[in-house]
Amino acid sequence: MYSKKVMEHFTHPKFFGKIENPDIIGKAGNPRCGDLLTLYLKIDKKTKKIKDIKFKTLGCAAAIAASDMICQLVKGKALRQALNISFQDVSNELGVLPPLKIHCAQLVTEALRDAINNYK
Amino acid sequence: MKKAKIYPAPFSKNRRRDKKCDKGCGVYFDYAATTPLDAKVLKRMMPYLKDKYGNPSSLHQFGREASEAIDEARERVAKFLGCKPTEIIFTGSASESDNLAIRGLVKSLRRTKRAGERMHIITSSIEHKAVIETCKDLEKEGVRVTYLPVGPDGLINLDDLEAEITPETDLVSIMYANNEMGAIQPIKKIGQLIAKSNKFEEHLTYFHTDAVQAANWLNCDVKELDVDLLTLSAHKIYGPKGVGVLYAKEGTPIHALITGGDQEWKLRAGTENVAGIVGMGEAIEQIKNQNSKIKIIQKLRDKLVADVLIRVERSKLNGPDNPEDKLPNIANFSFEGVEGEALVLSLDQEGIAVSTGSACTSQVLLPSHVLMAMGLSDLEAHSSLRISFGKYTTAKEIDYFLKVLPQVVERLRKISGR
Repeated sequence: MYSKKVMEHFTHPKFFGKIENPDIIGKAGNPRCGDLLTLYLKIDKKTKKIKDIKFKTLGCAAAIAASDMICQLVKGKALRQALNISFQDVSNELGVLPPLKIHCAQLVTEALRDAINNYK
Repeated sequence: MKKAKIYPAPFSKNRRRDKKCDKGCGVYFDYAATTPLDAKVLKRMMPYLKDKYGNPSSLHQFGREASEAIDEARERVAKFLGCKPTEIIFTGSASESDNLAIRGLVKSLRRTKRAGERMHIITSSIEHKAVIETCKDLEKEGVRVTYLPVGPDGLINLDDLEAEITPETDLVSIMYANNEMGAIQPIKKIGQLIAKSNKFEEHLTYFHTDAVQAANWLNCDVKELDVDLLTLSAHKIYGPKGVGVLYAKEGTPIHALITGGDQEWKLRAGTENVAGIVGMGEAIEQIKNQNSKIKIIQKLRDKLVADVLIRVERSKLNGPDNPEDKLPNIANFSFEGVEGEALVLSLDQEGIAVSTGSACTSQVLLPSHVLMAMGLSDLEAHSSLRISFGKYTTAKEIDYFLKVLPQVVERLRKISGR
């Protein structure tokens, strides 16, 4: 069902956890669909780059893998660049998600947008 | 990340060692999904997969050999159910049997209805999808369907049922034992209730039960249960996949859904799955020798439940509290802060096979209709785990599971932060 890459990010996620005093937080998901995720970001005030990013995700293997992948994709990027990352990018980087799990990739990009929108 | 320490997993009996599996694999706790084929059953089937290939409809010796084998299997099934062999119909699956029972009855009765007369089916909200989806489909054709609610214990209320039976009710279909949390419905009492209401009515209400999960553990005597239609599956009782049984009491009006041949009393056309049917006959014969096993399995299950609830914080057992109201082999838990599919996949990586009622296993993203009907919250249903034991389950396997589970739950809780 899942690609090796999804399983790798699911079993060995590198970015899970919490950042103390994050600059911004982004959330997505709802209990009905069973996925709840939060992104914690540290932003470099001068360069507007994402210095650090971590996630906490209650969800299926795809949701956890997608959370880890989006962190990997945006870390070090400027906020403006990060906004350009689409759910297809996340899915492609994971070696394509099963059709039923595409919403997991959508969910993580939603959480990232939510975070960036919260940045003042 | 600290990875859960891997213990060598004991191999399930009856399972070949797979070279690729270096982690120790093959702890199978998913007997409610399917069971391994019993060695005796396979042995019995083999000749019909090789030399005895005749078509049971043929007149010659090859055909006779096959049809005699089917007759014998039919007699064995009939003996198990306490009915006549002529009341047994072999099908391609239990889902097909459920469809034949419900659609077949509706098809037959519809022809006797006057214009404007509606049909009525009563079922429960925790049926297998083969029943629920069939009923929903029939609703589109104008059949009125009542879905009885269940309590937190997963049981229907007999008063609810009695209140819903009207002079127009054609069929009541209630499953014997539930596949997700093992709740046993009071089939005998339901049968009596329907028989009582039929006494005073010209219009008969028929009673169907899906006994797929019950067959290994509970009395399936159709006269004692007072049912008109009953569904069984071969692959849930250590028989082969692709064989279902429908018991239809003599005189129950059902029409074939698959037409084109005279097989199975003209109720199910198509050349019989001879080897499969022979396997079903042998599998049902083996159930008789299992009574002593039931207590052992129940003990193992109770030990597992007690230990899981102690070892894993914020865990909860779903389903009936009263041991008499549930199957001896199923335990359904919810683990706060983890999602079921992630849990199943993580356990799978440690060589343990279990199931979940989480949405992630289905096309729609909603969790199991059964768990929701029992009043579980969304998150509780999404975090559910079903463990089902069978006759090859060992204490060693359970010990291994008890070592792995807390670590896996802890890891996923760290990721979820909950």
